[in-house]
Order: sequence, then C-alpha cells, then structure tokens
Amino acid sequence: MKAISKPEESPGRPLTHIRVRRGGPEDSTRYDTFEVPWEEGMSVLDALIWIRQHVDSSVSMRYSCLNANACKECSALVDGKVTYLCTARLGEAPLTVDPLPKRPLIRDLVTDILPAKENPPSQSDHENDRASD
Amino acid sequence: MIELTADVVIVGAGGAGMYGAVAAAREGASVILIDKSMVGRGGATIMAQMTVAAAIGHQEPDEWTRHFADTVEAGRGLCNEELTGLLCREGPARIMELDGWKIGWAQEEGHLRQVTAPGHSKKRCVYVDYLNTGPALASTLRRQVKKVPEIKAISSLTIVEIIVDDGRVMGVLGINVVSGEWVSFRSGAVILAAGGLSKLYARNSGSTNMGGDGYGLALRVGAELVDMEFVQFFPIAHLAPRLVGMDPIMWDPFRYKLGGRLLNGKFEEFIERYGSEDGGQYRVARDVASYAILKEVEAGRGSPHGGCYLDFRHVPESRLRESFGPVIDRLLENGIDLTKMPVEVAPMAHYQMGGLRVNGSLETRISGLFAAGEVVGGANGANRLSGNAITEALVFGETAGRMATQVALKKQKKANLGVKKWQSLVQDTSRRLESTTQNSGPAEAPAPVALQAELQRLMSEKVGPFRSEEKLCSALEQIREWRRETLPGMHISPNQPFNMDLQDWLELRKMLDTAEMVALSALSRRESRGAHQREDFPDQDPNWEKNQVLALEGDVLTIRSEPIVRAPVEGTVA
Repeated sequence: MKAISKPEESPGRPLTHIRVRRGGPEDSTRYDTFEVPWEEGMSVLDALIWIRQHVDSSVSMRYSCLNANACKECSALVDGKVTYLCTARLGEAPLTVDPLPKRPLIRDLVTDILPAKENPPSQSDHENDRASD
Repeated sequence: MIELTADVVIVGAGGAGMYGAVAAAREGASVILIDKSMVGRGGATIMAQMTVAAAIGHQEPDEWTRHFADTVEAGRGLCNEELTGLLCREGPARIMELDGWKIGWAQEEGHLRQVTAPGHSKKRCVYVDYLNTGPALASTLRRQVKKVPEIKAISSLTIVEIIVDDGRVMGVLGINVVSGEWVSFRSGAVILAAGGLSKLYARNSGSTNMGGDGYGLALRVGAELVDMEFVQFFPIAHLAPRLVGMDPIMWDPFRYKLGGRLLNGKFEEFIERYGSEDGGQYRVARDVASYAILKEVEAGRGSPHGGCYLDFRHVPESRLRESFGPVIDRLLENGIDLTKMPVEVAPMAHYQMGGLRVNGSLETRISGLFAAGEVVGGANGANRLSGNAITEALVFGETAGRMATQVALKKQKKANLGVKKWQSLVQDTSRRLESTTQNSGPAEAPAPVALQAELQRLMSEKVGPFRSEEKLCSALEQIREWRRETLPGMHISPNQPFNMDLQDWLELRKMLDTAEMVALSALSRRESRGAHQREDFPDQDPNWEKNQVLALEGDVLTIRSEPIVRAPVEGTVA
C-alpha cells in the first residue's frame, strides 16, 4: 500500500496556538493545544479543519457551509464569546475554543442544537415515532 | 435495530428534498425527510446567492419555450430534452408558489423583478436581496416542511446504503451521526436528493457534505449514471484577499447588476482572445470564462494568487451601495474596498451536470428509486446556464415527490409480503459494513479526512477543467488503488459520539466511487465540449454528440454510449 503523503509543509508561515476543549459531558474538563500554521484572514474553522486533516482527526465540530456563514451550524465559544467558528478570525495570539455553554454537550465542540423533533432516532427514545400509521 | 416506516423516504434536505417532501405529503404520502447535516441547512441551496431562472414574463414578455431553447443551446447538444422541458415548463409555477409562501422575491412596480444572466435571451432570473436567495429559499421551505404533520424531518442521520430486492427499492439504511446507532427506513419509494460532488475538488463552492453520496449510493444498487464527465467550474469564484463569512461565488451577482471588468495580471482585458466578448458587461458563458482565465494563468499572465482580477473601481460607491447595501460593509470588514482595489478570482468546482439517469418521471431503472435536484443527470447537458440549478431543485423536487407517492401508494397493499427479506437484507448490509469499520487500521494509518484532502488535490490537478489521457489515466489508477487497498485499512477512531472519522470514512467511500465515475467518463470522451476540455482533443466532435452511461457490473465500472433524448418543443430552434 502506498502511504498517504504527509501534509504539505507550510514554509514561511508563522505558527499560532489554539486550545480546544475535548471530551464529552461525563469527562473532566480537558484542553488540547494545537500548533497551526497561520495565514492572514484565516478563520478558526480553517484551523480546526487543518487540525483534523493533519494532527488529530478525532476532534469534532459541526459545520456545513465552509466559511460562508450560511448554514449557521458552527456556533461555539471563542475566548469566551459566542460566535461562529467560520467568521471568528484566528490571530497570531493563541485562543481558546469551547462548546456552547447553554446547550447539552455531545463531544468536543459539538452540542445538541437540533430542534427537538429533528433528533435522529435512538434506542434511548421512549416515543414510538413512526411516520405512517 | 431501530426501524421506521413511511411511504416515501427522502435522502437529503436541501431545496429539492424539502420541496419533494411537501409535494409527496400533499399527494397523501407519509414522508421521512433525512439530512446528514441539518434539515434545510446543508447542501447547495442555502449557498445560492441570487439567480433563479423561470419564464414568468414579469419583466418582459417571455415563454418557457425560449428558456428551453436557451438551455439546450448552452448544453452544447447533450441535454436530455425531456428533462430540460420539464425544468423550463414547470419553473414558473414553482416560482409563483414560493411567492405565495412569502419568500420575498425582489419586486418593482408591482411585479417580480427579473434580471438577465449570461446565456439567457430574456430578463428571466428572479432573486431575493441582498444576495439572500439561498437562505430565504431554505427558510421558506423549512417553514413549509414544519407545517405538515405527515413529514417527519430528521437531522444528523447519514444514509449508507439503499436496500433493493429484485430491482425494486425497499428502503434505506442509515447511521445516527450523534450516537452511531443503525437506523433502517422501510418505504415504498426513495427519493435521492443528496446534491452534487463539488467536495471532490480542493477549491469548491458547495457545502462540505456534497461528496457525491447520491451517485455512490445509486451506483452500488444498480442504477445508471449519465454525463459524469461534465463538472462545471464557476469561473470567477473569490480567490484573494482571504474572505470569511461570505460565499466565494458572490461576484456573479455583482456582475449582473454592475458589470465589472475582468482583467489579467497585466490589467488587460482578455476574454476576447478566446472567441467570446465581455466588454465590461457579463455575457461570456461559464465554460469559456473558466477556460480563458486558466489559459491566461498558464501563459504567465495570471494575478498574484493564480487567477485574474475583477475590477469595480469604475463603479461609483453610491451605485455599489444602492445595489448591495449591507454586503458592501461585510466586504469592508474583510478588508476589501471595491472603490480602491480589484479582487482576485479563479475557477472553482461548482456544479455537476451529470448524475443519475432517470426517465421523465425522475425514476431510475430501479423501481421506486427517484432522484431530484443536482443529483439528476442530463437536464443541463454539457454546460449549465446560471439560474437553472435552483429551478431544477424546485421543479424536480416537486415532480419526484408526486411521482414517488404514486408508486409508493400502489405498492402499499403488498407491503407485508417482503418483511423477512427486508430484515435479512438490512442485517446483512449492516454487518458487512460494520466488519470493515470496526476492524479499522492502526492509529498510524491515514485518517479518512486526510485521504479526502489527498483526493481533492488529485481531482483538482488531474480531473479539473483541463484534462488529458495521461493525467486521467494516472488519476484513475490512484483512485482505484485507494478504493481497493487504502479504504479498507484506514484508521477510524473507536466508537464515540459524533464520530466524524466514521462519517468521513463513509463519505470517502462514496467520494472514491464518484471520482472514478468522473475520471472514467472524462477519459472515454475524446473531444472537448462544454465543461469537459481535453488538451489532447481540443475540438468539439459531432460524432460525440451522445451521452455516456455508467453502471456497475459486479465490481467493475462499465461505460457505454447512448443517443441523446430528444423532445423538441414546437416553436423553438434547438
């Protein structure tokens, strides 16, 4: 099997640091700090995608539209402020990303933001939801 | 395993899926509408900036037959005219239905405002200000979906296989993205509305969930695909300076309203060199513009980041603000002052003209398996006109919803006959997949998301707008190796909530299927036409005025040619 080539190096790009809250609701609070190559205008979402591709693919967050701020799925806390990961800019100074504080935590930066009726079916549901009857 | 049942199950809840759900429910079907992201938030619809083409004739007299003729001409001879006719004929009714649902189309003097987009012979495109067509459409359809009790909408659930027995669809099998649990959906009909494949390319304008799911799902159960070589690159997608919080394809509406000069790195106009005209207006077709920009870059006349300049400095600020209001401020927040600087733009993967091969009722050759929206192949031939994608989502969604309901309600009487077969198929399929994903490779093996990025680079370099036998053969070899050798041994994080590794792997499987289809079709078509440009066969060849059809035979992807579906419309010159 041919190895997947290593991620492209980013010569000349300064490095910045991003702290990401990890784990689920049962875990004690833990942060991982990642070193990310920085470029002018980069979003926090760009940095998280870079981390997933190059360092740790188990980091989880919600996003769909990729930096267009159309889907509104990527809200989280950046340095304590509620914002969208796709519009928050990554500066050269380190920053910290947390999940939304008022939503049930699922894992890492993912919280339960679905309208209650749209939740995917699970054995833990008590309701007998059949669409037809 | 959790099992839900409905008459009609819809995979993908963008514009086509949501419209399909509403249409199926009003025909009397119970409906389950599923999205792997969130209902009405993922997909391409919400990304739409402006134009929706339909011959409603509000701005000036127009006929759907003219829209048909324009679309067929732009399609470079390859349109499935039955589908093009459906798109153009039914478009006006869908636009007016949305008007009744209070979408907020831009108006003037008591009628809907319509503008001309390139390739349309009339002022035909409606929109919602400012650059808000997609979000307005998505929220209008979400409201309609919520109003109907017969529609059960489900978010964060990904469909991994269609269940088919003896050429007839029985339902679909999926995974709860949050918990990782299997969920099966038994239904009389399935509508695939899972969108296109823009995610196969590094620079793309789609949502991140558009990796060709619909194509891969359908191929694996025996459906046919058509015209997969025709990937539309959007010519003037944003390149630099870095822009966040805005859609990269936003410059198109700027050009409709304000013109804007397209200049190479030496600040010269250049479109005329490639046999078209532009003249500060916006008349050049998408395939020609993409070609012209990339050829300038190749000749060393590109802009600093490898595209061209788009310049609005001649447009007074008052006109910029009048046309785009708050958008001008959002640009300023990104450090872009259009009165002082040009921006850089370059082609970006945008839309797939090809897709599932369907009949005039949007049904595939698998009984009960329908398609709607971008996943359908053929309506736009080799090159899609601006404004036709949303119309296609609406019209095909509505039609597929109605047609799927007819099939599902007929089948209902026999529903209990196949229970045992259904259960065994569902169990076998889930066990087969689980054995791969749970025996995943060691931690040092590549993560699926890393291979997705590799595939994006490969497709951009070798199966992009300019193709050659050498590049395509090398791409095909690599894609096949990844599919056979690498995919089964990848590292998937152990079972955990919201397991993106698992989602990435499931998506990568479909991405590789889809990439192989695009590369094989592109290799086989030895000519240049529309969005398919071969450097080794630079001319359009009349002998190639035919469609290419793909299907799986065993584990082997096969390709053959079929004549074009012609359905000329009286009074038009195709």
